[in-house]
Amino acid sequence: MKVEGKARIWKNYQKEIPDNDFFYVRSCVRQNFFPGAETTFLRIMKDELGINVYDDPAHTSCTGIGYHADIVPFDTTMTVVARQFALMTEKGFKNMIPSCITSFGLYTEILETWEHHPEVLEKARKYLKEATGRTFEIPENLSHASDVIFKFRHKIAERAKYKLINKYTGKPLRVVEHIGCHYAKMFPSKGVGGAEYPYVLTGMVESFGGEIVDYPERRSCCGFGFRQYLVMANRGYTIANTKKKFDSMDPYKPDCIVTNCPGCPMFLDKGQYAIAELEGRVYGDGKYGIPVLTFEELAGIVLGYDPWDIGLQVHQIPVEPLLDKIGVEYDKSAKYKGIGGRDLGKPQHSKLIKAYIE
Amino acid sequence: MGALYDELAKDIHLQEGLNACINCGTCTAICPAAGFYNYDPRQIADIVQQQDDKQIEELLKSETIWYCGECMSCKTRCPRNNTPGQIIIALRSYAQEHGYFTQSEKGRQQIYLKRTVGQWILDHGYCLYLEGVGTDNHPEQGTIWDWRQDNWTETMDRLGANYQKAGAGAMRKIPEEALEEVRKIFEVTGGMERFRKIEEYSAQKASEMGLEDEEYVKEVYTTNSSQDNK
Repeated sequence: MKVEGKARIWKNYQKEIPDNDFFYVRSCVRQNFFPGAETTFLRIMKDELGINVYDDPAHTSCTGIGYHADIVPFDTTMTVVARQFALMTEKGFKNMIPSCITSFGLYTEILETWEHHPEVLEKARKYLKEATGRTFEIPENLSHASDVIFKFRHKIAERAKYKLINKYTGKPLRVVEHIGCHYAKMFPSKGVGGAEYPYVLTGMVESFGGEIVDYPERRSCCGFGFRQYLVMANRGYTIANTKKKFDSMDPYKPDCIVTNCPGCPMFLDKGQYAIAELEGRVYGDGKYGIPVLTFEELAGIVLGYDPWDIGLQVHQIPVEPLLDKIGVEYDKSAKYKGIGGRDLGKPQHSKLIKAYIE
Repeated sequence: MGALYDELAKDIHLQEGLNACINCGTCTAICPAAGFYNYDPRQIADIVQQQDDKQIEELLKSETIWYCGECMSCKTRCPRNNTPGQIIIALRSYAQEHGYFTQSEKGRQQIYLKRTVGQWILDHGYCLYLEGVGTDNHPEQGTIWDWRQDNWTETMDRLGANYQKAGAGAMRKIPEEALEEVRKIFEVTGGMERFRKIEEYSAQKASEMGLEDEEYVKEVYTTNSSQDNK
């Protein structure tokens, strides 16, 4: 049947997300900054949803940050990605889920390029064979890890211990959703809801009981800009763009921010600290800032996982005010403990924002 | 039209990123870099589509092509399906392959990116490998980063990572055979050649500037003349 009219338009905003058997590729940024988020993702997949996810020790970085910092040529990047596809093929998987948005965007770009330029695909096959002896199949489905959590959001909500409801007021928590630029700005049809109305995080937040905050700079970049952050001399670009977002969202009084890109939560979290140090401005309540979560952490919180198992202690902006609003039971004194309760000391408070609350 | 443009036009990023720019400026309106720098992606598209080698050469030597953050917001909004961000990737590639990049302050920064991100990929299989990369170079990482650096392995273990160990997991030690395959891919596909060119042209420039290697890298990492900041 031919799909016409509004149904056809709406179809462009839908996305097919498989329900099982995923080959997982990790994110360089998430592994360094939020390793607990990836641990939590796999825990939810396996323990809550009973989904088969394979985590291959032999996969590597996709080189995406190198590609967008322009030191790694496209032919190199696409062949490294082809190697990841080869590992997936060898293990008998057809669905790939990157943890990283830069990877997701890059894999999408590579697949689109191969589709439009078959000679480039042939080149990738030749390069990979020559360098590694491997061959590969193109994935039947490429979804971001946040797409999979989105798909199972109702099931997660059914199993949830907590709702995103402010226990003091009984009202839904007000959540800013921030989508990584490379999720759908390059290839809108590849993201849930497209580039203008991405629904991937909104759907999660609404299913978990929260309310989405709309604000003018909702779709603007967190400020990473690859070389713009990585080189100290350029970092004004990053902090200026981060500040633009916070100045825009702050009047709407969000209780927290949730992100699907691994880099954005780092910039939105550390950015608030840097702006406080530079300008003396603290967003949110003016005291502790606006807590920033990854989508895995958000799902982990509602499922009732220990906040220190999912990694909320590695955020600069303290999460305790948010946990208290939700009514999460947790042990404040265990925040900075290592395995077996080993004492790892505590971070220093910054000038204006406390790292933890006694 | 010119030999330089013809060479540049072989880059798939230019083929995909430039169709026919109507100079509407929508890309500039949406661009995070244009909000911070005196930077105009519309002009980049316009100059390149004129195929005038002289103007393109000026671009390759300029600070301008290094201001884009490759967020690709321009791709979503262009009514003619151009992507100035892709044109930028083509120009930056060309600038590095032919040595123009050392003629601008921002272009010279490529050596730092190659020595960090590039080396981390080859040595460890990760774009970022941040144990020991502290708040001296990244003060905005905050007090929590100092605590994490002091307790890097312990916090990795606490959060279920598999830091520097064999087997699957976050920050695992990627097997040597896998790293060897990645290095071979870099060799076969021109990645290693790109790295060698960045090193060679940077060494020449360092010598011209009368700087030792270490001084040069520090200089490019920190110098910001702010000439185009808004």
